[in-house]
Amino acid sequence: MPKLQISPNLQINRRKFLTSASLGLSGIMLSGCDAFDSQLGVGDGLRSFLEGANGLTWRAQRLLAGSDALAPEFTEADIRQAQRPNGVTAPDDDVYKGLLANDFADWRLEVSGLVEKPLSLSREQLQNMPSRTQITRLDCVEGWSCIAKWTGTPLSLVLDQAVVKPQARYVMFHCLDTIDRSLSGDIKYYGSIDLIDARHPQTILAYGLNGKPLPVENGAPLRVRVERQLGYKMPKYLTKIELVDGFATVGGGRGGYWEDNGYDWYGGI
Amino acid sequence: MESVARSQPTAGADTAPSKDETLIYRQSRWTRLTHWLWAISLFFMLLSGLQIFNARPQLYIGKESGFDYNNTVFAIGAENTATGPRGYTEILGKRFDTTGVLGWSGPPGQETSRAFPSWATIPSYYDLGTARVVHFFFAWILSTTLIVWLIASLINGHLRRDLAPRITDLKRLPRDIVDHAKLKFHHTREYNTLQKMAYGGVLFVLLPLMIITGLAMSPSMNSVLPFLNDLLGGRQTARTIHFIVMVLLIAFFVIHMLMIFAAGPINELRSIITGWYRTDPPAHDSQSPERSA
Repeated sequence: MPKLQISPNLQINRRKFLTSASLGLSGIMLSGCDAFDSQLGVGDGLRSFLEGANGLTWRAQRLLAGSDALAPEFTEADIRQAQRPNGVTAPDDDVYKGLLANDFADWRLEVSGLVEKPLSLSREQLQNMPSRTQITRLDCVEGWSCIAKWTGTPLSLVLDQAVVKPQARYVMFHCLDTIDRSLSGDIKYYGSIDLIDARHPQTILAYGLNGKPLPVENGAPLRVRVERQLGYKMPKYLTKIELVDGFATVGGGRGGYWEDNGYDWYGGI
Repeated sequence: MESVARSQPTAGADTAPSKDETLIYRQSRWTRLTHWLWAISLFFMLLSGLQIFNARPQLYIGKESGFDYNNTVFAIGAENTATGPRGYTEILGKRFDTTGVLGWSGPPGQETSRAFPSWATIPSYYDLGTARVVHFFFAWILSTTLIVWLIASLINGHLRRDLAPRITDLKRLPRDIVDHAKLKFHHTREYNTLQKMAYGGVLFVLLPLMIITGLAMSPSMNSVLPFLNDLLGGRQTARTIHFIVMVLLIAFFVIHMLMIFAAGPINELRSIITGWYRTDPPAHDSQSPERSA
């Protein structure tokens, strides 16, 4: 076969290189897909490198959606079924069961951290504040969706009442349900959003679902709705809202229970 | 660069001594580079995508997933039978036994209930969070390289010269189909009609549709482009289309590989690695060359 006249050595070297590179890739395909497993745990080099794209996704979506773009809202006709519950649906925690037995009369929502006026709100106090009702679609990270009507207090009103300090950057939600157990004890569900999403007009602390009080399986007495993110960003069985300037010291330091287990902090896609 | 050694059977005295007039520079560096970046990206997106699908191995039509009613069009699952667990795949209500591959798979004695088998997913074990990291990383690579390729191809003429459909393509279509069926290939600089349709279909229909349906599944993007899901028929329909396009891309890949092997893998690989492609020798009999550029 006649060789190219233009720098033949370079051509052949590059060709050899690329050929072996493609052979290497097909080798990976043939050997099965455990080839990457050792590099894909949380904190591993390759995974951390790939995770860099999550930050890009977050910034791009923030740039496009801004602070006020609304999630689509639907009509009554779109509510065709009960809201499918997910995660913990019947907390086995004694504290929770005690509160439930009394129909949450003793339950309070604590608002603390970087605020001028820490709050302790009863369900009645929250329900007496202005409310917002919205028919929205819950998108689970697993891939399914469900449309329901949610009623609750806009989180921004609660934040205004507590007067957020300027150095606060995130809202950390603390919950009553045990999601996991570790050597150091039970892990209660926790999660965080930034103040842009916290002050979004559709971000509510929901106590009503489809015109009725929020059922236990969906997070009674209070759960978060963050309509521009996935379901794992909307904690149920809320007990405390903490304003923080970072979340490095909470749990595994990635901003939430599922985030500590490998989900992206910004659940916008 | 493009025009170097482009061979036209000009029969001029100056080209006569060269034995290499059939070797032409066919693929620009932009086409080659983006081609391989797409190949790598699609490989990782497919395997991480199947892992993501495993988290909810059902597809629905509409705005939401039916739990109290049925709008499921595709499902992979496992069920207990008298002879032990079996994997099944259900398409539009028709159920097929797919034990060993879909629904129920694994090494003998260690089978588990999982939609796509571990050899087809990244990571091989169940890990939705990591699959999403891999998927979205390569989604950025794929989208960026598509735009780079589009701009480069507009500038270097690849689009206009090689991919733009022409009237003659339509006229040649029947003969082209017959030639492909007979595995009779003409090695010319130009793409034949079926090649144009396949490459154009992937680059201008399937991949953009993949990106659009991917964005339509994002709750954040829904607030930016609320019409997207109305157009596609709802988020769950978008997810179903995303899956169908994946199957079509695999079909393209299989045919692409078959055609490369049938048409001469060394020559075809050389052109997409180095850019240089050996064309058929100019015809000396009454038959005219395929077509002039």
